[in-house]
Amino acid sequence: MLKSTFLKAVAATALTFSTWASAQAVDLQFYFPVAVGGKAAETIQELTDAYVAQNPDVTIDAVYAGSYQDTVAKAITASRGGNPPQLSVILSADMFTLIDEDLIQPFDDYLTSDEDKKWLEGFYPAFMENSQTGGKTYGIPFQRSTPVLYWNKEAFEAAGLDPEVAPATWDEMVEFGKKLTRKDDSGNVTQWGVRIPSSGFPYWLFQGLAIENGAILANAEGNKTNFDDPKVVEALQYMVDLSTKYEVMAPGIIEWGATPKAFFEGQTAMMWTSTGNLTNVRDNAPFKFGVAMLPEKAQRGAPTGGGNFYLFKGASDEQNKAAVKFVQWITAPEQSAKWTIATGYVAPRAETWDSDTMKAYAADFPAVLVARDQLEFAKAELATYQNQRVTGIFNDALAAAITGQKDAETALKEAQAQAEEILSEYR
Amino acid sequence: MKRGFALKRDWIHGWLLLLPAMVFLFAFTHIPAVTTFLNSFFSTPRGRRPAKFIGLSNYERMLDDPVFWKVLWNNVWFAFGTIPASVGLAIVMALWVNDRLAGRSFVRMAYFTPTVLPLIAVANIWLFFYTPGFGLVDQITGALFGWPASNYLGNPDTALNAIIVVTVWKEAGFFMIFYLAALQAIPVTLKEAAQIEGAGRWTVFWRITFPLLMPTTLFVCVNAVINSFRLVDHIFILTDGGPDNASALLLFYIYEVAFRFWETAYGATLTVALLVLLSLLAIGQFFFFDRKVHYK
Amino acid sequence: MTGTGFSLDRILNTFAAWSLALLWVLPLAYAVWTAFHPAAYEARFELLAPLTLDNFAKAWDAAPFARYFLNTFLLVSLILAGQFFLGTLAAFAFARFQFPGRNLLFTLVLLQLLVMPDILMVENYQTIRLLNLVDTIPAIALPYIASGFGIFLLRQTFMTIPKELDEAARIEGASVLGVLWRVYIPLAKPTYLAYGLVSVSHHWNNFLWPLIVTNSVDTRPVTVGLSIFSAIDSGVEWSVINAATLMTSGPLLIAFLLFQRQFVQSFMRAGIK
Repeated sequence: MLKSTFLKAVAATALTFSTWASAQAVDLQFYFPVAVGGKAAETIQELTDAYVAQNPDVTIDAVYAGSYQDTVAKAITASRGGNPPQLSVILSADMFTLIDEDLIQPFDDYLTSDEDKKWLEGFYPAFMENSQTGGKTYGIPFQRSTPVLYWNKEAFEAAGLDPEVAPATWDEMVEFGKKLTRKDDSGNVTQWGVRIPSSGFPYWLFQGLAIENGAILANAEGNKTNFDDPKVVEALQYMVDLSTKYEVMAPGIIEWGATPKAFFEGQTAMMWTSTGNLTNVRDNAPFKFGVAMLPEKAQRGAPTGGGNFYLFKGASDEQNKAAVKFVQWITAPEQSAKWTIATGYVAPRAETWDSDTMKAYAADFPAVLVARDQLEFAKAELATYQNQRVTGIFNDALAAAITGQKDAETALKEAQAQAEEILSEYR
Repeated sequence: MKRGFALKRDWIHGWLLLLPAMVFLFAFTHIPAVTTFLNSFFSTPRGRRPAKFIGLSNYERMLDDPVFWKVLWNNVWFAFGTIPASVGLAIVMALWVNDRLAGRSFVRMAYFTPTVLPLIAVANIWLFFYTPGFGLVDQITGALFGWPASNYLGNPDTALNAIIVVTVWKEAGFFMIFYLAALQAIPVTLKEAAQIEGAGRWTVFWRITFPLLMPTTLFVCVNAVINSFRLVDHIFILTDGGPDNASALLLFYIYEVAFRFWETAYGATLTVALLVLLSLLAIGQFFFFDRKVHYK
Repeated sequence: MTGTGFSLDRILNTFAAWSLALLWVLPLAYAVWTAFHPAAYEARFELLAPLTLDNFAKAWDAAPFARYFLNTFLLVSLILAGQFFLGTLAAFAFARFQFPGRNLLFTLVLLQLLVMPDILMVENYQTIRLLNLVDTIPAIALPYIASGFGIFLLRQTFMTIPKELDEAARIEGASVLGVLWRVYIPLAKPTYLAYGLVSVSHHWNNFLWPLIVTNSVDTRPVTVGLSIFSAIDSGVEWSVINAATLMTSGPLLIAFLLFQRQFVQSFMRAGIK
């Protein structure tokens, strides 16, 4: 294994240099992804610049690394090359992958005072579920989101429904959906009742249904999945039935990216998608729309999503301390509010929502509060060791059921068996 | 002995001239091909666990992997879907464009344009074509035939075919160029002689033109076969391999395994399978086709 | 070629050829339509829809396309320079020198026509990582710098050059490289042009390998930039994506429309040998 020896030597040399350099002033490098339109990258740069201006003893190099996938790839390769960033924003669901690659360290060692511990408790618990494991905190919530239901008030009115009331339960969603589904003279559907996109990463929105039905897809240790839980099967059956039995949703795989457009075009009267689309919908919907929590079955529920701050191994003590200080600053109310308003992400701390800036924003645009209120019922996004592979298997199973190639139970049983094979070595 | 000396000097000159190119060729083609093979016998190294020799485990896994068989089968279907269609269309296009046709240069440009557009960019355009309901395809079929909204990319029965259509559209104009060159090399007198003898257009084509185009057809087919294993860019935009891998091809699956799941060892194993497949095709072509069309 | 029966045949053929041509430009025409009209007309085709350049402005603002273009430009230049340099030397060796291992090495060169670097991406990525070149423009270029196709094409051209010219130059005292420079390269100019156009358009459009080795704005070529731009989780409009799509293919497309004849002839020349 000549390669690895060589790499270790490079890593050691680089490390020596970086510790030596940091004795003078604290240099931080941090990677961030951008997954939404708008001014995300600019806002991060502005915030970072503001912080550096206030703290002359720190320099921060904020690197826009592309999509979430690019960012995790860049962080992994940079770390293996002996040049890790000190901080990076990466999907909260990638926590186990990063632990498995031995790249990150818990924040706990740098959050020792009572004040720090209290600060940690200030985050919404739903967001912390994907950030902690084994009693340690590996992620600090930053750009987090959650799915919500958007509805077209004019379509509701036209169908004889109260335009101000969204469906609160699964049954209501079907009932409303039936009234909202319209056909032309030749029997072709011109407007569907509801649209739950299933392309790319169907597991995320499906997880909303699973949680509502009282199921948890994976344990908190990230080494066991419950894909074949009868409640999961039931949730998947419901999703399939929306198209096949109740005929309120278009059949087949539904494209995620085209979903807002389909909503604007009146192709669907309701859609499930991320809160990250709020600004887009507000700017482009040619009708009045409403935003609601996802409907309930046994309970309300939704997955969380988005990215956390991670602290990378290989930095000096000073760098780690400086990095933690920066994270505390950027998640504080004023900065966090700015970030939320610019991007549509859900501010992860209650105190941010109590700030005057956020209050004024919410008063002008009450729909943003729905996502916050839903957090009470939200659960961790599906995350396991070898996360990409396990969720990939799960996605394939969902797609197979949605397209009618397999029935829900068979598809999920097979997926569970495959996931079991991968995860058993992590217990 | 001047002659012997010149020969030796030739040797050294030859080798030196070749050296730089060979270094790069070896570094990025031949050596990786060999290490791919070697790495397929090891496990994937992870942060906490280094690579270890695991014998044929990766191959056993591959043979048991339903996704592997699926993408392999998809690839065969993709090859059969794209090669005859794009080659056939290319011949027809070349015959038309070679003719004295009104507006010939526009027609030729139209056929050839897809070749210069990035596949990833045209995929964006086609994505909107295929969008259910308000996409262009649905608007047209809806207006002309009253067909209901379709979901070509979201249905496992049609997703791969939808991708094949994009590929044929992209490739046909490219292949047309080669036929055009070949057609221009055919002496007009040959055709005229046949026509004087009363042969129809159809006969002229099958008896004279088509046989003379044979070397080009072989060249184009070799290209098309390689392309059928190489062209995966548009899949990233159109379907991302879905639904349930219905439109994933072998190279796309290799990408997914190696760069999304970070399972490099299994990715290497799949690459070996692809290399074996390509070698078999190369050998097959060598025996199947006349050796005359070999280079030179 | 006379008679009235023929003209019906001609009309039918012309009609069919034109129908296919229109079908073939439809995607491009559609992209142009959406890119120059407001978002509301993405799926509505009205003749009098207002024209706008907003979509281009939005796309240009939303992603660092200027940087992506620069990266692509550097990339194709680097690849082209490398391919010309290495290809010329190697082709010269194969065309005019006798040395042991010639046939074997030539077979190895031809092998690359079958096993393209893209196929070996898993191992090539490890190599690039070992060289500590991940996320650099040279990393995108390196696997393509020695091109089996280029070597083959130039060798074929060099072999058609009369040996007498070569010998005459040597008698005048030119060195090996001098002969190459003064006799072979000037006579192979059309091949260089043809191969250059093919190479530039191929690498301008290349996607998979750059996707793997780049992960920052400073290195990403336009194709990868476009894919990231259009795969954003929310909020980007179709018309803006199509404007970006046109922008990324624009330079090549304009070059093609201006130099159509040369392009077509280049591809022909590069293919028929």
